[in-house]
Amino acid sequence: MPLLMEMWENLVMGIKALVVHKLRTFLTTLGIIIGVMTIIVIFTVINGLDKAMMSEISSLGSNVLFVQKYPWFAGMDWFKYRNRPKIDLKEVRAIEEKATLVEAVSYENSTRTVARYRDETVKNVRIIGTNEQYPQTANVDLAVGRFLIPSDVRHRTYVAIIGWDVAENLYNGMDPINRRINLRGYNFRVIGVARKKGKLFGQNLDVRVYIPFGTFQKIFGSRRSLTIRVKIKDPKYMAAAKDQLRWILRLARHVPPMKEDNFAINQQDMITRVYRNLTTGLYLLALGVAAISLIVGGIGIMNIMLVSVTERTREIGIRKAIGAKRRDILFQFLVESLLVSFLGGIFGMLLGFLIGILIRSTTPLPATISIWAILLGVGFTSTVGIFFGIYPAYKAAKLSPIEALRHE
Amino acid sequence: MIIEVRNLEKSYNLGTVVVKALRGIDLTVGKNEYLAIMGPSGSGKSTLMNIIGCLDTPSSGDYFFEDKNVSNFDDDRLAEIRNQKIGFVFQTFNLLPRADALHNVELPLIYRGIPSKERKRQATEALERVGLADRIHHRPNELSGGQRQRVAIARALVNNPSIILADEPTGNLDTVTGEEIMVIFEELYELGNTIILVTHERYIAEHSRRIVHLRDGLIETDETIPEQSRWVMNHQNHENP
Repeated sequence: MPLLMEMWENLVMGIKALVVHKLRTFLTTLGIIIGVMTIIVIFTVINGLDKAMMSEISSLGSNVLFVQKYPWFAGMDWFKYRNRPKIDLKEVRAIEEKATLVEAVSYENSTRTVARYRDETVKNVRIIGTNEQYPQTANVDLAVGRFLIPSDVRHRTYVAIIGWDVAENLYNGMDPINRRINLRGYNFRVIGVARKKGKLFGQNLDVRVYIPFGTFQKIFGSRRSLTIRVKIKDPKYMAAAKDQLRWILRLARHVPPMKEDNFAINQQDMITRVYRNLTTGLYLLALGVAAISLIVGGIGIMNIMLVSVTERTREIGIRKAIGAKRRDILFQFLVESLLVSFLGGIFGMLLGFLIGILIRSTTPLPATISIWAILLGVGFTSTVGIFFGIYPAYKAAKLSPIEALRHE
Repeated sequence: MIIEVRNLEKSYNLGTVVVKALRGIDLTVGKNEYLAIMGPSGSGKSTLMNIIGCLDTPSSGDYFFEDKNVSNFDDDRLAEIRNQKIGFVFQTFNLLPRADALHNVELPLIYRGIPSKERKRQATEALERVGLADRIHHRPNELSGGQRQRVAIARALVNNPSIILADEPTGNLDTVTGEEIMVIFEELYELGNTIILVTHERYIAEHSRRIVHLRDGLIETDETIPEQSRWVMNHQNHENP
């Protein structure tokens, strides 16, 4: 009997058999529904997390190197780096003088304090003392006014560029330009307002004030180690620039040959890599959970198919007596179990999508349904349907027609 | 010859005991014969019918169906013969309860691979032949016993089989309905079909032209019913059953 026609006939028969046992079919598919739903939800969440994370990370700038005392993700080795000499202006000068592949170099110190204007205060403002090249290296755009210029830095003037939230909360709708802002008892003149930037790793980037580096050191002290941001001309020179930077710094800091670097050059892809490791773990966990529930679901299918075969032994006998071959019976039951598991897959996907939409509308995660989740869901369910359906179907196909007919 | 059975034996292994159901049967059935197999229960007539019907294979001996030795055919080749050459009519009708008459009759055609349209046409035709044209969309539980058996006969006929094998076809029916069914067999015989009837009722067997009597796994008698006596006896049965 031609394969396609056989498939079709079996499909129709299978659907009829499932419709007869609606409740049973539903209960059988429950395991599969939960499994597929888990896959879809977790994939959707991770996908959303990815998107949120990537947009945050990319704000660090992919072609910026961070020269710092501590490497990012130092972890348990943190104490090893404690006794390193701090990063200072000496290093900045060396880089400005010798580095060839750089487009901009900024350096910064920061601290937190209260900002005041008349009776208004904003607490926990991050004060960043830096130079005029900061906007190029850290993606600061100005909404109004201007950023620092070299003479501000050279003459350690009392001017400030304030973040969006500071402007909003301190001046109540007034134009902040040329108004005073008081930091630690010192008055500054506001010369610019930075455009809204949002958050990075939970830190609000709009509760900030930028002041000239020298002024910062005068007020807040000069013992802090610097963060130097070095923007490279072209991303393809990243490796070479990093190498060059390393040698410039070793020379400037008098690191003897054969000794380890006593500084760290950090870059964005370090965060990306750590994040990737984390999500890979999450994916594996999700797959594990889903696999277990699909196996449980599959056992449910096998169980119900075995019941179905026993119940329909006589039917199998009749079919065999009038000419059904082993393959016909095998297909009939296999199609049925596949159908059950697909049904579960479809319901699971619908539920998963619904939950995904719910997550999207109730949390800030930009959750999106990925095609991979769907493919994985469908792949899993058909595998489960075939794997757990084959034994009952084989059992049915193998029945002797006489004994099957005798069955009451 | 359609059926040629030589020294057929069948034994069942019941754990410690081996039961011999057939102890060497020789039987030939030609085209357009109307044969009844009789015998008390335990005589081996069911076993013989299963083997003739290609539902089972003999332990030893040969079974030629249309000159092919099918005694050691595998499951699927036997299924093919059952599908295309043998039409079964069972005592308990053996219809699929959830399918309507049409689908039940279609079933052998499905396994033969006939396309849907052609299948519906042939199945409808077969149902018309047994007088059920107006019942094609009824399910078995919406039909009377006689009508169910007629659906089963239509199913047996639909593939134009070489033989029709009826196992106690009137066993679950009252006398009048049973007689109606026997009239259909008579018509089929007259149209040139070959019919093998298995029964333990003498008056049913006497509708046939030849009665083979089994006892203890052997053929006891093989008698041809003379035209005259067949009708007389049949008649008598009707007068005082």
